[in-house]
Amino acid sequence: MPPEPLLLSSLAQYAYCPRRCALVHVEQEWADNIWTVRGEQLHARAHGGGEEARGDVRILRALPLVSRQHRLSGVADVVELRPGDVPYPVEYKSSRYPKTHRLGHFVEALQLCAQALCLEEMFSQPVLQGALYHIASRKRREVTFTPALRQAVLEARDGVWALLESGVLPPPAADDRCQWCSLQEECEPFAPRDFPRGYDPFSTALEEP
Amino acid sequence: MRQLLNTLYVQTQGTYLHLDTDNIRVEVEREKKAMLPLHHVNGVVVFGNVLLSPFLIHRLAREHKPVTWLSEHGRFLARTETPVRGSVLLRMAQHDCAGDRERTLAVARYIAAGKLQNQKTALLRAAREAAEADAAPLRQAARDINDQIACLPLGQTVDEVRGIEGTAARSYWQVFPLMLRQHREFFWLSERTRRPARDPINALLNFVYTVLANECASACQTVGLDPQIGFLHALRPGRASLALDLMEELRPIAADRAILTLINRGQITPRDFEQHEGGVVTLREEGRKTVLAHLNERRKEEVTHPLTARKTPLGLVPHVQARLLAQHLRGDRPHYPPYLHR
Ligand code: SF4
Repeated sequence: MPPEPLLLSSLAQYAYCPRRCALVHVEQEWADNIWTVRGEQLHARAHGGGEEARGDVRILRALPLVSRQHRLSGVADVVELRPGDVPYPVEYKSSRYPKTHRLGHFVEALQLCAQALCLEEMFSQPVLQGALYHIASRKRREVTFTPALRQAVLEARDGVWALLESGVLPPPAADDRCQWCSLQEECEPFAPRDFPRGYDPFSTALEEP
Repeated sequence: MRQLLNTLYVQTQGTYLHLDTDNIRVEVEREKKAMLPLHHVNGVVVFGNVLLSPFLIHRLAREHKPVTWLSEHGRFLARTETPVRGSVLLRMAQHDCAGDRERTLAVARYIAAGKLQNQKTALLRAAREAAEADAAPLRQAARDINDQIACLPLGQTVDEVRGIEGTAARSYWQVFPLMLRQHREFFWLSERTRRPARDPINALLNFVYTVLANECASACQTVGLDPQIGFLHALRPGRASLALDLMEELRPIAADRAILTLINRGQITPRDFEQHEGGVVTLREEGRKTVLAHLNERRKEEVTHPLTARKTPLGLVPHVQARLLAQHLRGDRPHYPPYLHR
């Protein structure tokens, strides 16, 4: 077991593409694309920190999260404390994926659910729901933390552990998820792993092909 | 998306660079000469007596943008070592590979193959445009290099690979002046020599290679490779062997080609050189400016990378190659694919 708790964000990356997770957390590559840059700016705003009350709901911003049981840690954009101190996590999203991007939506839900697992432990309260707030469209999407989603979080956690332990870069997904991935250049998902046809460093052709 | 950013080259003696909010302010004799937004710059290279404020150095270091100090005539002196990027596992893999004879040999062969292929392509291309009398020897040299390429897979040690590469280099440099169309009587090439240069072509080559080697070293650092641990070049204290390795494939297209273009277009002429007592030749400041401006233009030129099939600015090819090498070292691809220019 790795000595440090996993970052919540690594679970989402793993769920999206294990290679992406390895590039960031094993190879420590990081590249910004417009999405991650925009996301960071938005988060910077949400992460002002602090607390405010709206009616009988207390709003905590940039709340540090930790789960000893699952060995996870991270920061929640916003946690609403509803009557009875029931936490309700809200994650800010800069609409990254098109409306139909199933995997993208699943990954967002998974990350939120991972936050819920931490909150349950921290507040000794069941956390059954949370929301994703899409900044561009100003829409809230409520997410229910089903047993299947919880299971997916734990599987992703085990996956990240295995990655960190082996230190091996998984092969590229090389499918349509790459289109939304900021690590394409580092990953080169579509470049052939070995030499493609017509590429021969020892070629003795005398004219160009 | 890695952007092609400019490297800021400063060679006017007595220049002072300092941080002005998010800009680099360039002053000469207390007069503002330029303001460059930091986010357009990926590194700063200074020649000789150029001052940088500590705050500017700190800021550049924090953003992983190296500062390189060269002597007034372009000899490498020092480079900031910015907080290490990339994984320690990658550097371990690099060390492991460098300690493995077979794997080192394989990488060295491919690097040499890339260089020889690009030399061959350059000669054949030049032959097509050359006068009848020059075309024949250019083609012959290309054939000679081809023979050496055929020998490469048979080379059993890195020393043998170096020998093959050296034989090809002799064929190449012998006909190099035939690719010139201006001032042939002035631009002769005795033989390819390192510093100090005793003829104008060597003076140009030394200067351009310094610039290119620095870009290759930065590419290694950006990717997380140790620029000092090479495969084709012998390890020597203070030598950026891996940067020199990466440069090999790029010399014929990025450096030699640039020199030919500058001379053939009449942008570099005999007046740009200074002939010193005792036979040493150096490039004057104006000439260095012309060369740097041209190199900066060429960095933007797009080429199609034969492996990734992506359009890539020439200036980013060292980064792509460093990345491909890193993938090979980490076991992500079976061979190191050199950059073959088309
Ligand atoms: S480019 Fe594709 S394969 Fe590579 S890390 Fe991103 S999603 Fe995964």
